[in-house]
Amino acid sequence: MKYVIYPVALALLAAVPFVASDYALGLLIGMVTYVTLASAWAMFSGPTHYVSLATVAFYGAGAYVVAMLNEVMAYPMILLITAGVGATMALVVGLSTLRLAGVYFVIFSFGLAELIRQLITWYEINIYGTLGRYIFVDITARGIYWQMLGLAAITIGLTAYINRSRLGLALRVIGDDEVVAAHSGIPLARMKLMAFVLSATILTLAGAIASPRWVYVEPAIVFNPTVSFLTVIMALFGGANRLWGPALGAIPLFLAFEYLSAHFPDVYPIFLGALFIGVVFLFPNGVLAGIEGLRRGKKEETA
Amino acid sequence: MSLLTIDKATKKFGGLTAVDGVSFSLEQGEILGLLGPNGSGKTTLINLISGALPMTSGDIRLNGVSLAGKRADQIAHAGVARTFQLVRILPSLSLMENVMITAVFGAKSHWGQAAKDTAMTALSRVGLANRATANAGSLTYIDQKRLELARALAAEPEVLLLDEWLAGLNPTELAQGIALIRELSQSGLTILMVEHIMEAVRALCPRVVVMNSGSLIADEATQSALNDPRVIAAYLGDSADA
Repeated sequence: MKYVIYPVALALLAAVPFVASDYALGLLIGMVTYVTLASAWAMFSGPTHYVSLATVAFYGAGAYVVAMLNEVMAYPMILLITAGVGATMALVVGLSTLRLAGVYFVIFSFGLAELIRQLITWYEINIYGTLGRYIFVDITARGIYWQMLGLAAITIGLTAYINRSRLGLALRVIGDDEVVAAHSGIPLARMKLMAFVLSATILTLAGAIASPRWVYVEPAIVFNPTVSFLTVIMALFGGANRLWGPALGAIPLFLAFEYLSAHFPDVYPIFLGALFIGVVFLFPNGVLAGIEGLRRGKKEETA
Repeated sequence: MSLLTIDKATKKFGGLTAVDGVSFSLEQGEILGLLGPNGSGKTTLINLISGALPMTSGDIRLNGVSLAGKRADQIAHAGVARTFQLVRILPSLSLMENVMITAVFGAKSHWGQAAKDTAMTALSRVGLANRATANAGSLTYIDQKRLELARALAAEPEVLLLDEWLAGLNPTELAQGIALIRELSQSGLTILMVEHIMEAVRALCPRVVVMNSGSLIADEATQSALNDPRVIAAYLGDSADA
């Protein structure tokens, strides 16, 4: 049954640009981008509970690869290089940090985004000569939407595959107790690194695919920490441990943020903060788990 | 050749020597008690064998292959399984998954139905088979201990390390626990058990090693060890000084 539903749903989603207005298409691109980011984030951080605030480090790096290379080579080649850059960055970062536990990893991942922003700023000013760059690639909004939709589908498909694999089981054990994981024969470093690299590569690709929308980039715009925070809230809101949780969290929250930032630009961050607190208090395991819990509660009452 | 050989194992924490040149060996199929007063280094020694802590010096060999310097997961893979003094279960996973992981990531690397069968066998051995799909977070203390043992068994290990697995059980549970370990031992499993409950040690272990302040002070038949003046002194203080 699901071998029919998923392709049909994907085809329907892919057909939306033929009927949508430019504005609606813009919204859709943003929505699918956050579905991808939240799902890719949850691929690693969901089962392991290693909360990463480095999303924008990879997302921004992807955009910068395009900005730096868009005049010298063809777009598909750039995407390949982007994937390589994301994987390499994740490998280096992962090797040096995945033994950090809990809050130390959170702080480090946040610092990483800042470090990369500063490094690029330094490079642009001292070596390239100017701070900003233009992205001129021959890609339409529809093209971006289709690519991002494809990446989202790959991300969720890959997560489903991982969930059923040894890697998925290992990650969940690591999330519960690393000592038990090691004593059960799980190579901690390798498993964490594999998931982190996969997740980061997708985040980097998402940045590259979304980048033509910017046209003009500079580090302060691209490496905006709000992207990292939004990704975390969305994934947690929907439920980071569930296949469809991050996607279901990303869609309503993206629309809410769009609306609020357009209509109440000054107080919008207050909503963001309130929502963060609300999610953690009301749905520590995500809305999906919350709903299931309510249902189970009712069943037990009636039983 | 002995199955497990501890050869001058030493562990220092800064200036404190927690395990000081301990040597003994286990034969295939043997069940050996590891005794000693609190703080004598028993759990540290177990941690050295399982790879939870790196050794400062010395060697530990399984079937003649050195485990020194290896990580816990490599040692688990080589055939060493353990339980923890403070029980460690995975609360968000089902009982089946809790037990399956050692079958999946252990020496045999089972997957799919084979992994489930191995886990199920281990669960039935400890009497939890009928609750395989339950969540591990909901178990009582004794059942958590059973679950931990099942997890160690599903690894199909060559050596099983039990760190006070019988502690905290009531008399009925203790009798069940002793019977369970005896059954495992009779099935040919090699067991090294840290234990304070002398009733269990007498019932299960023909031979014991005794540690005090990090050193081995006795390695002999259980009955003579428990009457050994050095062992009595370690537990009760030296009467000659009083």
